[in-house]
Amino acid sequence: MRIWIEKQKYLIDFTISSLARRKVKNVGLLCLYTLIVFLLASVMLFTQALRREAAASLAGAPDVIVQRMVAGRHDLIPPDYIGKLGGLRGVRKTEGRLWGYYYDPFLRANYTVMAPPSGGEDGVSTGQVAVGQEVARRIGLTRNAKIALTAYSGETVWFTVAKLLTRESELLTADLVLMSEEDFRSFFGYPAGQYTDIALTVTNPQEVHNLAGKIANRLPDSRVILREEILRTYESIFNWREGVVLMLLSGAVIAFAIFALEKASGLSSDEKREIGILKAIGWETGDVIKMKFWEGCLISLTAFLLGYTAAYLHVFRFAAALFEPVLKGWSTLYPDFELVPTLDGFELATLFFFTVFPYALATIVPIWRAAVTDPDSVMRGSL
Amino acid sequence: MIELSGVRKAFNQGRPNEFWALNGIDLNIAPQQATVFFGPSGSGKTTLLTVVGCLARPTVGRVRLKDRDISGLPERFLTGLRRRTFGFIFQQFNLIRGLSAIENIMLPAYPLGGDWRELKERAEFLLDSLRLSHRRTARVEWLSGGEQQRVAIARALINDPEVLIADEPTANLDTALSMEFLGILETLAGQGRSILLTSHDPLVVESAVVRRVVTLRDGQIVGDR
Repeated sequence: MRIWIEKQKYLIDFTISSLARRKVKNVGLLCLYTLIVFLLASVMLFTQALRREAAASLAGAPDVIVQRMVAGRHDLIPPDYIGKLGGLRGVRKTEGRLWGYYYDPFLRANYTVMAPPSGGEDGVSTGQVAVGQEVARRIGLTRNAKIALTAYSGETVWFTVAKLLTRESELLTADLVLMSEEDFRSFFGYPAGQYTDIALTVTNPQEVHNLAGKIANRLPDSRVILREEILRTYESIFNWREGVVLMLLSGAVIAFAIFALEKASGLSSDEKREIGILKAIGWETGDVIKMKFWEGCLISLTAFLLGYTAAYLHVFRFAAALFEPVLKGWSTLYPDFELVPTLDGFELATLFFFTVFPYALATIVPIWRAAVTDPDSVMRGSL
Repeated sequence: MIELSGVRKAFNQGRPNEFWALNGIDLNIAPQQATVFFGPSGSGKTTLLTVVGCLARPTVGRVRLKDRDISGLPERFLTGLRRRTFGFIFQQFNLIRGLSAIENIMLPAYPLGGDWRELKERAEFLLDSLRLSHRRTARVEWLSGGEQQRVAIARALINDPEVLIADEPTANLDTALSMEFLGILETLAGQGRSILLTSHDPLVVESAVVRRVVTLRDGQIVGDR
């Protein structure tokens, strides 16, 4: 066993010196390899962190949302609907919600405007608003600043910024403006007693599907949205975006794969000569293959570790600056927030499998071909 | 020690350019003496050396090493046998560029996996005995022809082989360096090693260290003295 370990040490030692002797070529390959791993890992880490963030943020969302549909379009909820739903078995709490969109012609962006339940932690008084971080950043708002918004009637309404919404919730609140129910109704001309939709809290979350069926029976003109469906929608949005970015990157990945395979599958005359010499002085074919295998492993593992670490820092320390516009947010006001660092073993293994293994294996065939040639060619100087 | 019977060696067998480099060699090489394969270019000297040194297998015939038939041994066993028994000095030296003299010398011992300190001590001893200590960390491409050859000799000796094989060892050396090489050979022969050389250099053939000269022509032995 000791001899085996010593032998591996010698082989690795020789491998490292062999890599150092072809410094330019190997450093070039390493840089390119690292870049590819960095790009792929960045996309994977970022979308995975966004999915987690969305799931965490939606944890406090209502179990069920009911909207009224008229001619296939979302319409206001009549006053009696809340009472009808409150009577259903399994419903713990019903709450009418008021929300809409406000287009800011100066920023050329839509804000999401909501009226939070009065008395809640996000509740605001009449004449006041609470704004999301990105809205505040773009307009330059601070606490107690004044903001002018144009109501449905064309009248300019001034609000005082009572609060900036927390950075922790920025993924969902970046473009949000909260105002009191009274202000909301007068600002948008909303009829009294009517709501945008109804939020339900259920007694047993396992029963949401049954409850959805009951709601559909009782209010046939309604659309029932479950929290898990919203989460699925977010997931599919991020999956779709991840897919698009990966597709765009696939050109670079394929180009690298061709380059790496060509590098791995062909040997320079210098390398062939070296293999011949090693065989002639007593190295076995297996020793030569092991040495070259170590070489492939060292390059691919180093590139993987460097690329993955760089991607980790890029995503979790520098807010994924490269992919932010493509992968994050859903309005023109992009949230700016720090993602919680997470590692997914499965994604890590997948990336490892598709980047390290192919390269390490691709090096074996040409080495084997060269290593089985007769060592007497060295004696003749024909290598 | 080494016995060849009816050995023939073909290249490109079955092709239009088939060529028989050895044509029925019967030879018995005794231990602890220096033997030279002598002959003009293309006479089969190097091919004979590769067959004797287990670098190549004969196409026809048998090779016996210490009464053991090694003609049909699988490559792995043949490599092990070669590593234990033979040390090679190639005409072009075949040192690995970019490595230092001492690293080149230690290379044949790597697959054996011995203790690193012992290996280094052995390599340093060889460097010292070949008057190369001052060049131990120099990259081999920076060494002179004579120094490169001495590194090649040290590399051939690192596994303490019984037989030293050298192909045209003086072909790239001037007279002074050739004489120096023959001096080293004399020392090695004095240590009881068997030495097999190919050469068409009269300086080597007529040297005092050489005990036997086997003359080849067209792949056949035409003289043995």
